Amino acid sequence: MPVYIGKRLLVAIPTLLIISIFVFSLQKLLPGDPVLAMAGEDRDPATIEMLREKYHLNEPVVTQYVRWVGGILVGDFGVSLRTNQPVLELIGQKLPVTVQLAVMAMIFALLIGIPTGILAAVYKNRTLDYISNLIALSGLSVPNFWLGIMLILLVSVNLGWLPASGYESIFVDPVRSIKTMIMPAFVLSTALAAQLMRHTRSAMLGVLSSDYIRTARAKGLSPRQVILSHSFRNALLPIVTLSALLFGELLAGAVLTEQIFTIPGFGKLTVDAVFTRDYAVVQGIVMCTAIGFILMNLIADVLYALLNPRLRASL
Amino acid sequence: MSRLSTLTAALLAGAFMAFPAMSSELRIGINDDADVLDPAQSRSFVGRIVYTAMCDKLVDIDQDMKIVPQLATEWEWSEGAKVLTMKIREGVKFHDGEDLDAAAVVATIERNMTMPESRRKSELSSVEKVEATGPLEVKFTLKSPDVTLLAQLSDRAGMIVAPKAAKELGANFGSKPVCAGPFKFVERIQQDRIVLEKFADYWDKDKVLVDKVTYLPIPDTTVKLANLRSGDLDIAERIAASDAESVKNDPSLTYADVIGPGNMGVYVNIGNGPRADNPLGKDKRLRQAFSLAIDREAISQIVFEGTAMAGNQPYPPTSPWYNKEIPVPARDIEKAKQLMKEAGYETLDVELQHANNTMQTQMMQVVQSMVAEAGFNVTLKATEFATLLSEQTAGNYQMSRSDWSGRVDPDGNIHQFMTCKAGLNDMKYCNPEVDKLLDEARASTDDKVRKEKYDAASVILDDELPIIYLGHQPYAYGVSNKVEGWKPSPDGMIRLLGVSKK
Repeated sequence: MPVYIGKRLLVAIPTLLIISIFVFSLQKLLPGDPVLAMAGEDRDPATIEMLREKYHLNEPVVTQYVRWVGGILVGDFGVSLRTNQPVLELIGQKLPVTVQLAVMAMIFALLIGIPTGILAAVYKNRTLDYISNLIALSGLSVPNFWLGIMLILLVSVNLGWLPASGYESIFVDPVRSIKTMIMPAFVLSTALAAQLMRHTRSAMLGVLSSDYIRTARAKGLSPRQVILSHSFRNALLPIVTLSALLFGELLAGAVLTEQIFTIPGFGKLTVDAVFTRDYAVVQGIVMCTAIGFILMNLIADVLYALLNPRLRASL
Repeated sequence: MSRLSTLTAALLAGAFMAFPAMSSELRIGINDDADVLDPAQSRSFVGRIVYTAMCDKLVDIDQDMKIVPQLATEWEWSEGAKVLTMKIREGVKFHDGEDLDAAAVVATIERNMTMPESRRKSELSSVEKVEATGPLEVKFTLKSPDVTLLAQLSDRAGMIVAPKAAKELGANFGSKPVCAGPFKFVERIQQDRIVLEKFADYWDKDKVLVDKVTYLPIPDTTVKLANLRSGDLDIAERIAASDAESVKNDPSLTYADVIGPGNMGVYVNIGNGPRADNPLGKDKRLRQAFSLAIDREAISQIVFEGTAMAGNQPYPPTSPWYNKEIPVPARDIEKAKQLMKEAGYETLDVELQHANNTMQTQMMQVVQSMVAEAGFNVTLKATEFATLLSEQTAGNYQMSRSDWSGRVDPDGNIHQFMTCKAGLNDMKYCNPEVDKLLDEARASTDDKVRKEKYDAASVILDDELPIIYLGHQPYAYGVSNKVEGWKPSPDGMIRLLGVSKK
């Protein structure tokens, strides 16, 4: 197992290198001058000159790239052009927010998606199945920004149950922290829950029609045991892969949801950085997200092995 | 008897002690997050809103945009507007307990002028040297006469920071700013909030009636309004024109607005590179026709629900600097067509770039259909803002829609756009006569003389139209009825002295 993980991590290095070149060149291809965007309304020539010098934007592109990658190797992702903060510090501030949001959204998605998926499979082509499908379809089709604003109007403005927007660190005030995150996490989870539901349903249907399930039933096992212990565990593999990928996506930040609920997470940071041409921040975020994705994939593969003894030997 | 009075005194004291314990907090929703919280380095509008509560300036402006004392109690120009002498208020303390004196003022101004990261250099570029001529007297010596310096000192360039903290933190001052305003810095969480608390030793502390101020950046206008309605916010700044009606209809809220000092205009490329070489850039009659084909009042009604003000000069018609001889023109299609004909055109194809947000797009579509009647075929090019900016400076445009937030002194709305070598002259418009008038206006300490110069310049600019002004944006606010004593300021800042919360 450790050898396997080590190998996987080594393979990640060229992937990251290619991503770094890609991100860097894409940034440079964007029209618009970061210094002009940053200099403010007055566009003071002295300021513009100072900014170009300070952020090495007057150097050749290749030199800039080498400087950047060289920095990353020693753990220096550069400084934000906009706020002067080190990029890593900025990401460090946003990461707990995004992770909390991602974890809560994932919990909601799993709690909604998996049971409805199982029910839909068990009651295939019956009312419960149709209801589950309807829920899944609405979850996928309703746009986040609309659902978010409707929830704010209903839950915060009319009922006054939860704060309309904002963020509180879980380490400072856990209760308020969770309260502010419930609505955004739920909004984010709807689309994920729908995908999970569909996958659970089809995976379960595949397993439920197999021979050993018939045997288990014939043996006189209770439906509960058949469904949960025998079928579900075998149907779990594709669900784990999907969950890991979905979670990886969540970690990249959720622009619209964060914007609506004013959550200072990754998505908002990214969008602001793109609009202000804050190169260092955009690059830093993309690199971190890429690393996150690679890790999530690895975790999914390791989980496979834990769930499926047949795969364990091959690792 | 004496025991009774002691008891009463104790009770009273208790009541007074208990009162501040019921701390009042003002929560203000701002449009975006501020940048660096260092007056020397900052550039964002919302940053200035925070400074208004945190950092006092040498001078302030009043409701009519007139300069009034703040940290400087009086001032005097001498030697033909080349020397400015200021008396500094006595007994002012910084948030860290340091005394604010002439030396602190000199240190701040020098920091603004020399620190490599400073963005105040151009605002103070006319200053030759600044020195303390007494414990509470400061003398500015200028390179050339520049009365606009006073207006610069009414903003970030004139915010005095604590010398010790500025020295210790250097360019990192924004991490823990120390100023001399009514509220002091407590904490900041990027993109989430900025918290200030009442400064007990403020020089005008009787007017500080809230204990804590929290600024919350909320970019989405619908969400900002929802927060205001649910009571999570007390004041929301710059609410959308489309939300004005619903704020007015909410019994627990008050709507307030004021016309800002800035302008909305369409820049015409007159001499900025090869793209200036087109009929519109070369023939002022075509620009006049374009301008006459626009119904400015209708734009305000359609796009801004009537909250904006129609205009045709760099400053709004409400400004004392506005030239009343040239009122906002009424739409005149016949005259526009005639001007087109004189210039030799039945129709003319024009490309107009604008920022790709809803309001700009809507506004430009309205203009597009208005000028079409006079024969202009306008192609709209919606462009993302950072790109628009670089295209505009590079001269890669024919017409470009741009905003200016406005300055206290009229010079700030006109000199840097209209003089030949000016930094924001993206039209590359150049008329020596205008240069002369605007330079002279800068050099006079007599407002009457200045007004004459600006009036003369505005006549030329209205004829040649390098920028076709469309109007003036409002600063609109939604305010909870719990807030008392607050009114909007013409510079869009949120002044909190005398403001309390029920």
